[in-house]
Amino acid sequence: MTKKTLIPIGPYHPLQEEPELFKLYCEGEIVKDIKWETGYNHRGIEQLSEKKTFDQSFFLVERICGICSTSHPLAFANALEEAGNIEITNRAKYIRSIIAELERVHSHLLWVGLAGHFLGYNTVFMWAWKYREPILDLFEMITGNRNSYAMFKVGGVRRDIENSMIPKITKILDMVKKKTDMLVGAVMDDPVIHARTKGVGTLTKQDIIDYAAVGPTARASGVDVDVRRDDPYAAYPLVNWKVITAEKGDVFAKAEVRLLEMYESISIIEQCLEGLKKEKEGDTEVKVKHVAAGWGTGHAEAPRGEVFHYVLTDGSNSPARHKIRAPSYTNIATFKKSCVGQTISDATISLAAVDPCYCCTERMAVAYNWKTGERILNGNELIALSAKKTQKIRNQI
Amino acid sequence: MNTDEILKNIKDKFSSDVLEVFKKSETRATITINPESLLQIAEYTYKDLECRFIIATADHTKKGFEILYHFSKDQIGLIANLHVILPVDKPEIESLSNMFSATNWIEREMHELYGIVFKNHPEPEKLISEGNWAEGVYPYRREFK
Repeated sequence: MTKKTLIPIGPYHPLQEEPELFKLYCEGEIVKDIKWETGYNHRGIEQLSEKKTFDQSFFLVERICGICSTSHPLAFANALEEAGNIEITNRAKYIRSIIAELERVHSHLLWVGLAGHFLGYNTVFMWAWKYREPILDLFEMITGNRNSYAMFKVGGVRRDIENSMIPKITKILDMVKKKTDMLVGAVMDDPVIHARTKGVGTLTKQDIIDYAAVGPTARASGVDVDVRRDDPYAAYPLVNWKVITAEKGDVFAKAEVRLLEMYESISIIEQCLEGLKKEKEGDTEVKVKHVAAGWGTGHAEAPRGEVFHYVLTDGSNSPARHKIRAPSYTNIATFKKSCVGQTISDATISLAAVDPCYCCTERMAVAYNWKTGERILNGNELIALSAKKTQKIRNQI
Repeated sequence: MNTDEILKNIKDKFSSDVLEVFKKSETRATITINPESLLQIAEYTYKDLECRFIIATADHTKKGFEILYHFSKDQIGLIANLHVILPVDKPEIESLSNMFSATNWIEREMHELYGIVFKNHPEPEKLISEGNWAEGVYPYRREFK
């Protein structure tokens, strides 16, 4: 019988946004099968939300994800405003889009940095995270928080972006744009990164449709889906931008889509800031006294893909049923297609390619099972293995 | 194909199984169907109408267990919900996971939270409650007075 090496990734591991356990069964260097376990941190948010008022639920759903924390309140607001037939002001629409796009920029920078780290490119990691900081400073200036911004409410936004802030925002965006050029150059023209990411972790168009994957994961495989355009909300119909797609479906294509999306996001923010100047300051909300009984489905394009909220209302001030679907729920399942048949050293970047968040702490056991002969690698060994492969390719080129 | 055409197609093709069509707006609609016909109607929605599966929402109401299968026709921004109502004493419905993988997790999750049985599921293992939840206890079920 062939001995299989078991490589657990999780339950707590920096590759993943939530505690989940992936078991990679390997023969030699090749991943033969992958199994997953989840539910370590089931918080029952859908039920919690039903016990809270609409206003309180915004703060709750904001805490579903630490990185794309504004996407859930945005989708929730869209759902409630649809249920209650509420039209918000243009100024609030612009502010919503600005916050959502700033979040996309900082989230994509975070991903580029970590992807670089997993490949053994710590320079890319340090650059990307360095230039993500000014974006977080912008958030602090606009919302008072570096993360979990508490900006949205039914009928508008909680804080205004005063016109006097606009020059500072524009200045930082110009800087980030220049640094994005540098990152694009560093990633797209590097032969070693090409060798490590092209043809790795490939997802075909059919895989995407089968698993209903969304966001950059889908767009990198040629599935042109983006709810900002398909079912417009906030200020997206008011500005010019385009959806970035690629065809290959490998890790490189996913990186390409994310990097080019950053330019689109910056352009959207700039146009929204121009739009803000034309609107009256302080006109950020409509008063909502009551959300009528009914239902609403709201979605928002988070950095990782479509966030979906379904809210059933019964005329009271809390949801009668609140269903939430985060993009990783469908994207993570594609690991079964992208990892099987790959080498172990490529598994890390294949797993990281769909951009699960990295907010959990690594607390992994290292063990060796003498009876079954199963060898278990830990996270650092896995990353070291990946970095080693990059070094090998670098020496050859 | 616009929203009206999509709804008409489903209604014409499955006239005996479509119980109610509710068009809320140009981009939102709910189609209440006979649970036995779910597989055929979902197949038609997914393969012929080329809709993307978003997620399914289960709810326990006085009518029984209600499931909404949210499909999206991205070209026109339509969210079409296939709505089924299952009796509380025998909540069983055909699994869609043999047709596409996207329902694999959510069906397992709905089974664990509500106790709804998805027949012929290709991977009927626990998803979120592995090892530490009591058997036969379904936390999202409600009690009605």
